[in-house]
Amino acid sequence: MGDGYLIAIIDYGAGNLRSVVNAIAKVGYEANITNNADTILDADVVVLPGVGAANDTMNSLVGLGIDNVIHKVVASGRPLLAVCIGLQVLFSATEEEGWHECLGIIPGVVRRLPEGRKIPHMGWNQLEQKIEHPIFNGIPNNTNFYFVHSYHGVPEDKLVIAATTDYGISICAMIVKDNIVATQFHPEKSGEYGLKMYANYFKMALESKD
Amino acid sequence: MDVTCGRVVKGTSFTQLRDAGDPVELAGFYDTQDADELVFLDITASSDGRDTMVDMVRRVAEQVFIPFTVGGGIREVADMRLMLAAGADKIAINTAAVLNPELIGEGAKKFGSQCVVVAIDARRKEPNDGWEALIYGGRRSAGIDAVGWAKRAVELGAGELLLTSWDADGQQAGYDIELNRIVSESVSVPVIASGGAGTLEHLYDALSVGKADAVLAASIFHFKTYSIREVKEYLQGRGIPVRL
Repeated sequence: MGDGYLIAIIDYGAGNLRSVVNAIAKVGYEANITNNADTILDADVVVLPGVGAANDTMNSLVGLGIDNVIHKVVASGRPLLAVCIGLQVLFSATEEEGWHECLGIIPGVVRRLPEGRKIPHMGWNQLEQKIEHPIFNGIPNNTNFYFVHSYHGVPEDKLVIAATTDYGISICAMIVKDNIVATQFHPEKSGEYGLKMYANYFKMALESKD
Repeated sequence: MDVTCGRVVKGTSFTQLRDAGDPVELAGFYDTQDADELVFLDITASSDGRDTMVDMVRRVAEQVFIPFTVGGGIREVADMRLMLAAGADKIAINTAAVLNPELIGEGAKKFGSQCVVVAIDARRKEPNDGWEALIYGGRRSAGIDAVGWAKRAVELGAGELLLTSWDADGQQAGYDIELNRIVSESVSVPVIASGGAGTLEHLYDALSVGKADAVLAASIFHFKTYSIREVKEYLQGRGIPVRL
């Protein structure tokens, strides 16, 4: 792999990190699982995984002081990858279990999926790529990825939407904004193309390090 | 895949189980065959077998990157935590949920409903008199209506239902379409149809008329009657959206 690098996966105590860690290892990278602010700020790439409910996640992040760390990471321009709930907490607020403020890094609100289909949206669904981006290298348009969520983020600025999926309505499935890449789906649960996405991401993210 | 003592087994009755291989290898095989999800059921479900199962889960999670569910002998939140921490995406509870319905909500609260699958074994009571739920691996009737229990399980927090027809299981004569349809129409979470797959048409029927969100099959794949690809191509040809 050449020079040393540090990938930090933020462990805020909720949810299952193992799949993310394993997937990153499978594509050839070593990651540190940590909630230590210094380690996270030193990292070349930061990963914010997530399973569960956005407000619980926010409470955990705030409780550990990691909300501030994430703001610093974003401000620093270092690559940040957010997965599932990780994407949702980047928004201004979520209506899950009441109204809860989130990190406010992506202006917009996280809303419940509309009635009419089974909730959670749990299963494979086609990802419609909206932009050209190295993260999609080798991944055909409309490839299936694995989703499990009951809420979805609605960004105010539609230009940050890198991919969508259809679940009755068109849902924002992926965001690319400056140094942030965020996926609503779980690449680590999406088989071969999910692993390819991680491989593309880390190659791109580490190539950009100083 | 039914698992005991760290090995996958196959057979149509409990007295005729044959070793079918290493779970990690089989999981990897089915992954390359484009299975959408895997289910591992610990059929020994004893406390001795727990460590072996956890180790299996860990090894599967290191190699296989599609969702997998683990069930069998999960009795309390600590058991759920053990499996999820080892790398399982979902845990399935059956008897424990019937005996202690609060367990569903506890699991859903701690880990999220999407992690909690309630497995229900259903058997017809009389022709046209509904279905009862069975427990202890089908050995005993729970004395409750299966459809009513399905609704209640979802109300309590189940994120998914794994519905097995005890009458149809192993017979390869088709799923219980009526059972699946009624349950699927009664709940707002995904329902997986299980038990009875023998032909490609059975799978189609379960997903269409049966309104199942997913189909689970074991024998037809373990005995290599069909490949997963064959199944998916057939379903796609009949208008069912599938991941190919």
